[in-house]
Amino acid sequence: MLLITNNLSKQYKRRDTIVDALKDVSLEIEEGSFVTITGPSGSGKTTLLLALSGLIRPTSGQIIINNKHLENASDSELSNFRKENVGFILQSFSLIPYLSALQNVMVPLALINHSKQKQIEIAREVIELVGLGDRMNHLPRELSAGQQQRVAIARAVVNKPKIIFADEPTGNLDPDLSTEILSFMKNINKDMGITILMVTHSPVAADFGNLKIKLSNGELSSNLKHHIVLN
Amino acid sequence: MNLYKIVLLEMRQRKSQLISGILAITLGIGIIVGIRSISLVSEKAVAINLDNLGANILVLPQGASVDNYYSADIDAPTLSEDYVERIVTSTLPGVDNLSPKLTRRVDVGKEKVVLTGILPKNELASKPIWQTSGLMGEELKASCGPNPANESHGYKDEKLQRKSIDSIGFGDCLIGSSIATKLQLKEGSKIKILEHEFTVAKVLTETGTIDDDRIFAHLQTVQDLLKTGEQISAIEIMGCCNAISEGLLGKLRNILPDTKITTIGQIVSTQIETNKLMNRISLIFLIIIFVVGGISIGNSMWANANQRKKEIGTLRMIGYPKSKIYFLLLSKATVMGFLGGIFGYMIGSAIAYFLGPQLAGINVHPLPILLLWSVLLSVFISLLGAIIPAYAASRFEPFTNIQEE
Repeated sequence: MLLITNNLSKQYKRRDTIVDALKDVSLEIEEGSFVTITGPSGSGKTTLLLALSGLIRPTSGQIIINNKHLENASDSELSNFRKENVGFILQSFSLIPYLSALQNVMVPLALINHSKQKQIEIAREVIELVGLGDRMNHLPRELSAGQQQRVAIARAVVNKPKIIFADEPTGNLDPDLSTEILSFMKNINKDMGITILMVTHSPVAADFGNLKIKLSNGELSSNLKHHIVLN
Repeated sequence: MNLYKIVLLEMRQRKSQLISGILAITLGIGIIVGIRSISLVSEKAVAINLDNLGANILVLPQGASVDNYYSADIDAPTLSEDYVERIVTSTLPGVDNLSPKLTRRVDVGKEKVVLTGILPKNELASKPIWQTSGLMGEELKASCGPNPANESHGYKDEKLQRKSIDSIGFGDCLIGSSIATKLQLKEGSKIKILEHEFTVAKVLTETGTIDDDRIFAHLQTVQDLLKTGEQISAIEIMGCCNAISEGLLGKLRNILPDTKITTIGQIVSTQIETNKLMNRISLIFLIIIFVVGGISIGNSMWANANQRKKEIGTLRMIGYPKSKIYFLLLSKATVMGFLGGIFGYMIGSAIAYFLGPQLAGINVHPLPILLLWSVLLSVFISLLGAIIPAYAASRFEPFTNIQEE
C-alpha cells in the first residue's frame, strides 16, 4: 500500500467550540490509483488532503505514506517528505509571479543537488511534456489560465513524486480546459504511475478517478467506511 | 535555479519596494558618514596641531602657580625625580615623550636669567626601566608622533614649538635668543653661572616666550649647582592629542595625586570641543539610525513577507524548510543593507565635502575606511530589522494557498 490512514481525526478549536473536521477516517490506497474526494463544503475534503500531504498534523490516528509515519514527524521531516514524495496542483496554480514558466518548474529542483544545466534539462523535458515548450520563458501573467495550470502540473511532476495531491485543480477553468487538464492528469497517472488524490466539487471531474471517496461531516460515506482496498 | 537567483529575481520584480527600503537606510548611513568624516578629519587636525606644538602637558608641584604655561616652572617648589618614574612605569597610552626640568632665576653679571636644567632625550632613553616601558619605542611614534604627512596642513608654528632636546653635555648650555643678545653670547662663547663655566652649544631660535630668556643646561649639573639633590620643578609631557581629549590629564592626576597638572590644550580647545560635539552627534544619529533604519527595514521586510505569503506558502508546500525561507528574506535584507551602505557612504562623503569647511573649517575628502564601516553597519542594521519578519515568514503555514481558496 502506498497510503494508509488509521482512525484519522482532526479537530479545530473555533472560539469555545471544537469542530470535528475529520472523524476516524481509515483508508488504504494502492500505488498508481487516481482517487477523487468529493463532498459538500465543510465536509473535510481539504482537511483530509492537508493531513495526508503532511501540511497539517492530525489530532489522532495514523498516516503512513510510502512506509513513512507522518503523524508525529517533525517540521523538517515533513518538509523533506514533501520534497521527495509529493507534488501539488492547486486551484490558484500558485506559481511564483516573477519566475518564468521554466524557472517555476525548476523551483523544486533547487532543493536537490542538481547542477544548473541538469536542472534546465529536466525542467525543459517536463515543460515540453505538458505542451509548453514554446512558452517556457514566459512569466505566469503572460500565460492563459490553462497554460498556468499546466506549468503547475509540470512543477508537480518534475521531482517524480510518489503521489500528487490536487485541490480543485479545475476550479478556475472553463469546462473545455477542465477536461483538457483532467485528461492530462489522467495521462500522468497512467503513463508515469504517479498516484493522484484529487479533491473536487465537480461530478464530471470526479469521474476521472478510478475510486471516488465521499466525505460528509468529516466522515467517509457509509459504503466506504472501514478499510478501503483499491485496485 | 537556486535561492540567490530567487532573491535577485524577486528584487528585480519589486523595484519600488526595494528602493524605498534602501532609501531609509541610505539617508541614515549618509548622515552618520558625513558627521564621522568631518570629525575624523577634525580630530586629525587637532592631533597634528598639538603634535606640532611639542610638549603640551606640565606637571608641577602642588604649590606652583599655573597662570602662565610657559613660566609656571620658574621658581616653583620642587618635587622628587621619582615622579618621572611613576609616569613612565604607568605606561599610560598617549604619553609620547617627557622631560623633567629644574628651573631657577639666577644672576649672571647684572642680568637676571632663567636657568633650566633639562634631561636630554638620549639620557632619558638610556634608563633601562623607561626603555622597557616602551616610552621611547616605535609604538609611541606610531601612536601620534609627528608624521611627514602632517607637514602639509599648515599648523606648524615654530614660535610655539617646545620640542625635547636630544643631547647636551655636562659643561654645555643652550641659550635663548633674547638673553644671548643681552649678554652678547654666540655659539662657542663661555659663560659663568653660579661659579660654573659653561660653553654655549647653541643659541636658540626666538620664540616670543619666556624661553627666550632661558639658559638650558644638563639637569644633573643644575641640580649640583643649586644643591637641590634629585629634585625637579616640573615635568613636561608631550601627550597625544586624542589621549588628552579622552582624559589623559585625569589619568595622570590619578597617579600623581599631589601635583598640579596643566595643559596648553586650550590652544586647540575649540576644535577639540567641536570634535566632541561631532562625536556626540554621530552617536545620537547612530542610535537614531539603529532604531529608525532597523524599523524601516523591518517594516519593509514585513510588508514584503506578507505580500509574498502565498509564494512562501508555495515554497513551504513544495518542501522548502523554514531555514531556507529565513535565508530568502535575510539575503534580501543583506543586499538592501549592502546597497544602502554604499549609497550612504557616497552621500555622506558628499555631505562632508561640502559642509566640512563650513562646520569645522577643514577640507574633508572621502575616507575609504568609512566605506567598509558604513557597509558593515548598514548590513548589520538591515539584518537586525529583518530578523523578526523573516522569523514570522518562516512560520507561515505551508497550506496558506489551499486555505485561502
